Amino acid sequence: MDLKRGLKDGIPIALGYFSVAIAFGLMAAEAGCTWFEAMLISITNLTSAGQFAGVTVLAHMGSYLEMALTQLVINSRYALMGISLSQKVDSKFKGIWRALIGYAITDEIFAVAIGQEGEISRSYYVGLMSIPIIGWTAGTVVGAVLGNIMPLIITNALGVALYGMFVAVVVPKARENVHVLAVVAVTLVISSALYYIPAFDKISAGFAIIICAVVASAIGALLFPVEPEKEGE
Amino acid sequence: MDFMTFLPYLIVMAGVTYLIRVIPFVLINKKIENKFINSFLYYIPYTVLTAMTFPAILYATGSIISAVAGFLVAIFIAYKGKGLLTVAVGACLAVLVVELVMMI
Repeated sequence: MDLKRGLKDGIPIALGYFSVAIAFGLMAAEAGCTWFEAMLISITNLTSAGQFAGVTVLAHMGSYLEMALTQLVINSRYALMGISLSQKVDSKFKGIWRALIGYAITDEIFAVAIGQEGEISRSYYVGLMSIPIIGWTAGTVVGAVLGNIMPLIITNALGVALYGMFVAVVVPKARENVHVLAVVAVTLVISSALYYIPAFDKISAGFAIIICAVVASAIGALLFPVEPEKEGE
Repeated sequence: MDFMTFLPYLIVMAGVTYLIRVIPFVLINKKIENKFINSFLYYIPYTVLTAMTFPAILYATGSIISAVAGFLVAIFIAYKGKGLLTVAVGACLAVLVVELVMMI
């Protein structure tokens, strides 16, 4: 039952991933990867921003250290999500299960899981992650094989697919909860400042995301503490 | 590229990403009681997703005009309470239409 519900909730994520992965496959091919190598990256990493940055390092044959640091910085938000998720899973969801399924903590899978009412079971999470993993991997192969024959206008349009999904998670919550709206507004201000003020040029995109998220969430936690029973909303 | 050149990069990339995800998730088994930390974690998904989206979305397409159109349409559809897919497809279509109009 949980499994089936998870699979169903995973379908929209998978469709979004499929579109975005085409853009990644295209980029990986341009960086010199074969379709098989691009596919291996997607199935083992399952992350958009980290993979795009990783392929950039691959393209100029950067050091392994550069690769490791890039991934660490861009993907460290997953550590925060893992902590958040650890508070939301049921009592059977522990140990080896977390080690296995934790591989599939992504922005969207996390966002959908954390938005569930009550605790999250293993079977729900396994259902939720399955189709998106297939979609992400399949889209990568399609992009790597067919990407260069797709018109630019189509790849441009696909470029906003991922962001559209993020908007779809944030906006409804900000609409119903004025505290979330305020915290989102604070994030927008910090994010824009880090991006547009020349003094912050040295801060990489990955670090900027972490700074924004940590500062804005801390401000939110100080100004608008959440009552325990509200967390499940 | 040569597979043997590629493989160590893949292992570093996937290994680091895996450990970041799994270490905190596996190690934290108790429910956190601290109100500040709980509130902080409550806001994290929304702040992370907001920071990833803006201003990056403005430069995700061929022109800032089509990107703004996609962004506004996404906000509008999401505000109406539609699902993830509807919002994502709507944003893509908005970008497509605006870029087609701009080509004329």
